[in-house]
Amino acid sequence: MIISVASGKGGTGKTLVATNLAASIGEVTLLDCDVEEPNSYLFFPDREEEASFDCNVMIPTIDEDKCTRCGRCSEFCAYNALAVFPQHVLLFKELCHGCGGCGLVCPEGAISDGTRTIGKIFRARSGDVRLLWGELNLGEPMATPLIRSVKAEAKGDLVLIDSPPGTACPVIEAVRGSDFCLLVTEPTPFGLYDLSIAVQVVRGMKIPCGVVVNRTGVGDRGVHDYCEREDIPILLEIPMKREIAVLYSRGVLFSREMTEWQGRFCDLLARIEEEIR
Amino acid sequence: MKQLVVISGKGGTGKTTMTAALACLARGVAVVADCDVDAPDLHLLLKPEIRETHDFFGLQTARIDPARCIECGECEKACRFDAIRDFRVDPRSCEGCKVCTLVCPNEAISMVDSVSGHAYVSETRFGTMVHADLFPGEEASGKLVTMVRELAFKVAERERKDLILIDGSPGIGCPVIASLTGTDLALVMTEPSISGVHDLARILGVTEHFGIEPLVCVNKYDLSPEMTEEIEGLCRDLGVDIAGKLPFDPAVVEAMISEKTLVEVEGPVGRAIRSVWEKVRGRL
Repeated sequence: MIISVASGKGGTGKTLVATNLAASIGEVTLLDCDVEEPNSYLFFPDREEEASFDCNVMIPTIDEDKCTRCGRCSEFCAYNALAVFPQHVLLFKELCHGCGGCGLVCPEGAISDGTRTIGKIFRARSGDVRLLWGELNLGEPMATPLIRSVKAEAKGDLVLIDSPPGTACPVIEAVRGSDFCLLVTEPTPFGLYDLSIAVQVVRGMKIPCGVVVNRTGVGDRGVHDYCEREDIPILLEIPMKREIAVLYSRGVLFSREMTEWQGRFCDLLARIEEEIR
Repeated sequence: MKQLVVISGKGGTGKTTMTAALACLARGVAVVADCDVDAPDLHLLLKPEIRETHDFFGLQTARIDPARCIECGECEKACRFDAIRDFRVDPRSCEGCKVCTLVCPNEAISMVDSVSGHAYVSETRFGTMVHADLFPGEEASGKLVTMVRELAFKVAERERKDLILIDGSPGIGCPVIASLTGTDLALVMTEPSISGVHDLARILGVTEHFGIEPLVCVNKYDLSPEMTEEIEGLCRDLGVDIAGKLPFDPAVVEAMISEKTLVEVEGPVGRAIRSVWEKVRGRL
């Protein structure tokens, strides 16, 4: 079973929910697919790092001796990643999606596949929790290939995915293939607006979803009314408590200090299983 | 003309709330651009009235004509984005590279343009605002950010405004880079938590990479004095100035619900933001 934890708006508590859920339910693999700003491993300070390796993407390598500067490659490239000058060909690496099209259209066979590192993947373990996360190199625009690689490393019967914020391509890549998507929001107008976009995304992908409302007690009833109207189950509410915020800020899993929450996170998993059925 | 971008590595640290308050303080001199195109919230506070709507064309996507498809599977083999399965294109995974059209032996695949969002030029109580919506799940948010910034630039020239105030998106990837490049100053929001510190260090690496001067603002600094100290230490080590620290105040959420910016309601956070604005103005 694959459960992804997402949200339209950032900072609503995706990582809070994903890490505490992971720590409460026994054997599980926790993937951090927020590769731009991966944080979930920080909450497992006792982790033992097992491995780390580079994430590489394909880029073209151009043999300047064979190249006749005919310009077919740059004409074909949908991302404007190649510019052909009278003396040489310039590749804008960060714009390249690695589709391989330039190599296919080159009439001289001057283009072959090369690789380029865009980030790193880490594997660690903390008790029952297997951790996998990706870290995108600074200045690198494209997160999706790294997200794809992190997901390809996942093993085990139960996989939790901490997704990036937003509702664009990195989120799609992270959530794709999930059996269930948990949407974490906060009871504010910003939280509601971004939740409504996220719901459209997961519904479009035909993934069943439920909501966790974080920091209840502040804000308004907008999120609750919306969920009732849209028939989306609210599976857990986490109150606005200074204690939780302070533990989070120090990198402590609050369910380990406020142990009544371990049962609540187990119940959350049980409710998700029910929803899938 | 100057461009100020409000960003943060970590989400939910107060970018939009800050941008809205700055928009109020910069009333009359700035054009506001909401570049957080896949979770745009600024309009909830600024209540724009739309004057112009522009279609946004994202990446093209491939379409297979079932009448011409001979089910040879060449396209599926060639696609590096796993976007083709069972002789059908998943438009959500298709990156528009056109490789499938090259390898198809029967010319069954064509590329189609689709509108994947809109950009708007609107009127608000603080002046002109440019914003956008990306249809849920669409790609090329960086390209839409660029479109919003180009529109904002034109508007600022037309209206002879001195400043473009940009609300960025969280993270460090494509939409962030698109909203950051070519700006004069980045106001980086953060919060005193282990995630906040970690993400701040990364986004400051990105501003450095692109040669953009950063100023840091710590939100809810009193929630964790020790983490705030850590942020101050990090900034000191990197030679980055702190523009201000905002206290935790439940009134912030109340202001959001009443659709007001924090400088339109009285309180300690509003005062702190005014002083951040003075620092930012000095720097610009």
